[in-house]
Amino acid sequence: MLNIGVLNQGIVIDHIKAGGAMKIYTYLNLENLDCSVAIIKNAKSNFMGKKDIIKIEGTLDGINLDMLGALDHKITINIIENGVIIEKKNPDLPKTVTNILKCKNPRCITSVEQGIPHTFKLTDRENGVYRCVYCEQAFERR
Amino acid sequence: MKHIISPTDLTVTELSELLDLAEEIIREPKKYSDVCRGKKLATLFFEPSTRTRLSFEAAMLNLGGNILGFSSADSSSAAKGESIADTIRVISSYADICAIRHPKEGAPFVASVHSTIPVINAGDGGHNHPTQTFTDLLTIKNLKGRLDNLCVGFCGDLKFGRTVHSLINALARYDNIKFILISPDELRVPTYIRKEVLEANQIEYQEVRNLEESMPELDLLYMTRVQKERFFNEEDYVRLKDTYILDTKKMSYAKQDMLVLHPLPRVNEISTEVDDDPRAVYFKQAEYGVYVRMALIMKLLELEE
Repeated sequence: MLNIGVLNQGIVIDHIKAGGAMKIYTYLNLENLDCSVAIIKNAKSNFMGKKDIIKIEGTLDGINLDMLGALDHKITINIIENGVIIEKKNPDLPKTVTNILKCKNPRCITSVEQGIPHTFKLTDRENGVYRCVYCEQAFERR
Repeated sequence: MKHIISPTDLTVTELSELLDLAEEIIREPKKYSDVCRGKKLATLFFEPSTRTRLSFEAAMLNLGGNILGFSSADSSSAAKGESIADTIRVISSYADICAIRHPKEGAPFVASVHSTIPVINAGDGGHNHPTQTFTDLLTIKNLKGRLDNLCVGFCGDLKFGRTVHSLINALARYDNIKFILISPDELRVPTYIRKEVLEANQIEYQEVRNLEESMPELDLLYMTRVQKERFFNEEDYVRLKDTYILDTKKMSYAKQDMLVLHPLPRVNEISTEVDDDPRAVYFKQAEYGVYVRMALIMKLLELEE
């Protein structure tokens, strides 16, 4: 396995569905961070077969990490201090999310009307299903 | 102020009040012939639908009100690129209530967010058409005398038919409802209706292919048209369009008090020979559509007293 090195201080977002890391990278605006960020794609996983991981050397002040649950409800967030995990959490699924997911239904009003927020509601907590509030189409994670 | 975007925007109690008022209007239409004097209904039809638009307009005229509007996007400011949000802000100052039909799903909801008058969804693409559902419910309640304890058959295009999905959603809220879903494999009810409505609410249902065999059990048969515009492939449409044709022979297997409903327009799926059968109530159903829209306009304008 590729070795990226151990974090002394930072955040590891683990168990990201393989191929999903860039969506999380974009949502968290990680390109604007000044610190080291590693994206590991298709890492071997006993549980998932393949997974993505993001390692961030630094903090993410002011960002609601629970919102990540809407992007991928199976991820684990590890907070690292002095080289050890001090907190491990699975983000809760927010009841509504705005401008995080984008409706892909070409028949939805959001495909033509400018300036309306893309809002999704959690309709099935067990399976992490979000539906567009306008057309009610479920958001499909790929 | 209330908007009606989805059939379940009304609680079971509110729906019961709506249907009671509609039945009162059926009994004494004259009593209500002037209740909307001085009020205006705007019919904003961004895609053509003669039947629904005329039904709304007839409803408002029957109540003594006035109507204004347009019947296609070409003849509205949408052709110039105006947003739904801006259109409704302007229309809010011209009318007291509006009915909006739009090809894009969710457009009436966007309108309701920006509107200062009640918005009624008159159909948004393949999504919702609440007043059709209210029409279906009034037809059932008025002619069967109840909305519970029913075995309801849906036949035809159960995949794309929004009227089917809406009515399943609406009837699922009543006690002891059983559904028999009759369709070819390609046009089965979508998975989310089975999982999130039927199975989630532990509602009894069967999926079958054969119409004749189901007929004796049904209290209601809701026939639907296979809609050409929903298919990407003409070949599939041609193959599936005449899968089910209700005729007098099939009607002979049904209970004497079973009702046949259809949202119309009908093409081949109900033979015209069935029209004379007193159990065929689809034209009566269209008439009920006007009464339920009258009741809805009154409710939303808070004119019932």
